[in-house]
Amino acid sequence: MNFELTAEQQDIRKMVRDFAEKSVAPTAAERDEKELFPRDIFDAMGKLGILGLPYPEEYGGAGSDFVSYALAVEEISWVCGSTGIGLSVHVSLCAWPIFRYGTEEQKQKYLRPLAEGTKLGAFGLTEPNAGTDAGASATTAVKDGDSYVINGTKVFNTNGGEAEIEVIFAMTDKEKGLKGLSAFIVEKGTPGFTYGKKEIKMGIRSSVQRELIFENCRVPAANLLGKEGEGFKIAMSTLDGGRIGVAAQSVGIAQGALEEAVRYAKQRVQFGKPIATFQGVNFLLADMATQVEAARLLTHRAAYHKSNHLPYAKEAAMAKMFASDTAMSVTTNAVQIFGGYGFSREYPVERMMRDAKITQIYEGTNQAQRMVIAGSILK
Amino acid sequence: MNLVVCVKQVPDTTEVKIDPVTNTLIRQGVPSIVNPFDKNALETALQLKEQHGGRVTVISMGPPQAKDALKECLAMGADEAVLVSDRAFGGADTLATSYTLAAAIRKLGNYDIILCGKQAIDGDTAQVGPEMAEHLGIAQVTYVAKLTVEGAAVRVEREHDVGYEILEVQTPVLVSVVKAINEPRLPTVKGTMKANRAEIPLWGAGDLAVSEPRLGLKGSPTQVRKIFTPPQRTQGVVIQKETAREAVADLLQKLADAKIV
Ligand SMILES: Cc1cc2nc3c(=O)[nH]c(=O)nc-3n(C[C@H](O)[C@H](O)[C@H](O)COP(=O)(O)OP(=O)(O)OC[C@H]3O[C@@H](n4cnc5c(N)ncnc54)[C@H](O)[C@@H]3O)c2cc1C
Ligand SMILES: Cc1cc2nc3c(=O)[nH]c(=O)nc-3n(C[C@H](O)[C@H](O)[C@H](O)COP(=O)(O)OP(=O)(O)OC[C@H]3O[C@@H](n4cnc5c(N)ncnc54)[C@H](O)[C@@H]3O)c2cc1C
Repeated sequence: MNFELTAEQQDIRKMVRDFAEKSVAPTAAERDEKELFPRDIFDAMGKLGILGLPYPEEYGGAGSDFVSYALAVEEISWVCGSTGIGLSVHVSLCAWPIFRYGTEEQKQKYLRPLAEGTKLGAFGLTEPNAGTDAGASATTAVKDGDSYVINGTKVFNTNGGEAEIEVIFAMTDKEKGLKGLSAFIVEKGTPGFTYGKKEIKMGIRSSVQRELIFENCRVPAANLLGKEGEGFKIAMSTLDGGRIGVAAQSVGIAQGALEEAVRYAKQRVQFGKPIATFQGVNFLLADMATQVEAARLLTHRAAYHKSNHLPYAKEAAMAKMFASDTAMSVTTNAVQIFGGYGFSREYPVERMMRDAKITQIYEGTNQAQRMVIAGSILK
Repeated sequence: MNLVVCVKQVPDTTEVKIDPVTNTLIRQGVPSIVNPFDKNALETALQLKEQHGGRVTVISMGPPQAKDALKECLAMGADEAVLVSDRAFGGADTLATSYTLAAAIRKLGNYDIILCGKQAIDGDTAQVGPEMAEHLGIAQVTYVAKLTVEGAAVRVEREHDVGYEILEVQTPVLVSVVKAINEPRLPTVKGTMKANRAEIPLWGAGDLAVSEPRLGLKGSPTQVRKIFTPPQRTQGVVIQKETAREAVADLLQKLADAKIV
């Protein structure tokens, strides 16, 4: 039994932490306030190798592992949950299915620039009428000679409009239901592919979500990812990995709020004493710290499983569910410890609380996680 | 072009805590970092390498944990690192430090430019660089804010209170740099991984051509009598009056109040 990170993982964590403090933290509040997507920060992460952390060097990656990747998402989310999810979507939801299911040509053409960080990635599954029930997709792809013609609409697309590469899902055979869904790689700028409205949100406001609109969008047949009909399998296995990223994002947000709360509780004096001396406050801090630690361990274990080619669907679902609930409760309690100042935009904990909520919803709501976990233990 | 960068590991605080009894640094509990100006020196070397080719070697004298500082330099892109470390080096002042480092640089051999920070943020003497140049018998330029190389000629701008001094020197030369020269790059993931796997050779007194009595405490003529935090320098006061006469009168009054005149 070994709970220690390897020396390499520790060094990468420190390297990303230094980057996060220097280049991500200073603008986090302003980007949230003004809903600014930080393409410059993503470009910088690309240059430093963070956008290709777990992928082999032969595909432009840094050649590390999924534990280091989870540590990177945690460190970035510690200071900015918005940037954390953009990173997670790029690495887990866009680059990974190409790495896992792509042909050699697809990997060289699409995985390489994603891993090198010269292009940004996104993942389009959700539709207006297909959320948790992802198989109810109404987007269609019809084969026509050497290409597929795609029609339909995707919503809530994280990195949408910014991403040069999208992995999207469309029905190639409606009759077959789940087995009729297929995955495609679509490049930004492809004729017939445009963007709809940009979401205005409660939290992660510096992350961008747009509607994707496909109107007779012609995609080369070579951009089919995997085989026809494998889309549902690709989407679900991709989300298994994505949940490790969301879990890491949640741990980061929670850790950030915990540290703010500890610092404030030691400084704020009421009744002539720092509020941290009141048991009503420090028991809350003790619970928060314990939850964060448990969430982190579940997250690291899921990442460890993925790195070591062990089954990780159940582990990732547990980590995502527990860590996101932790993020919500820890940030809410952090606001409580700050009192009225916690509710004010002058302090970062209100942003963290707003950012935390989405972690319980996306990449499968926490109800959907329970479906995955129950399905796995009742097999 | 062979570039040597001297880096010192320093405590991560400008408020160094000092043991009042022994007058030495209390290092316990203070995280260590690469001396910030030395990162500017490394960045200068890395840019020169990118423009002209060559190798960047970082060298540090210090306790075994100074390896962490060297690892960070490797992660930023240095090609190799050497740690100069030995019990015999303990208690070295700037003279013994520069003597030992100069011997290590001689052992490295071929070098064109030796780069240092303008000063260490803990010791603050700014002596080690210039003293190394003296030991090695090479030219030195301090407080450099800009540096370009053409062949064996190095053109530099030295920072001064009132402007810049432009000089041209021939290699080999020792240069100490100021913060304004550049913005040090951040380490990359690949660099960090490479640094983690790198073997950093450790050179002790036995590996260097040095004379024993000139090392460490024995080789240090400096006696630290007292170390204290200097009083905060307050902002100067600008006296602005209608006439010079009024201004002078006001100044004299202020000086009298302060019992200076
Ligand atoms: C900020 C943001 C970013 C997103 N990014 C992306 C992205 O990049 N790509 C992408 O494809 N999608 C993305 N999404 C979509 C997200 O994954 C979906 O919102 C999520 O899967 C839920 O789907 P829904 O919103 O349609 O809710 P619904 O599926 O309509 O669910 C509504 C409620 O019903 C519950 N529910 C539904 N079915 C069941 C059931 N069988 N049993 C019990 N409870 C159930 C849900 O848990 C939820 O509480 C994003 C969403 C947001 C808000
Ligand atoms: C609190 C305190 C107590 C001290 N006590 C003693 C004492 O008791 N006895 C004693 O003899 N001396 C003592 N010293 C002096 C100490 O040995 C010097 O700090 C050391 O010699 C380096 O000088 P400096 O820090 O002023 O570096 P500077 O001369 O300011 O450094 C200039 C540049 O030289 C290079 N450089 C400096 N040091 C190194 C190094 N070790 N390895 C690689 N490159 C380097 C770096 O590029 C640096 O930017 C003390 C210093 C301090 C701060």
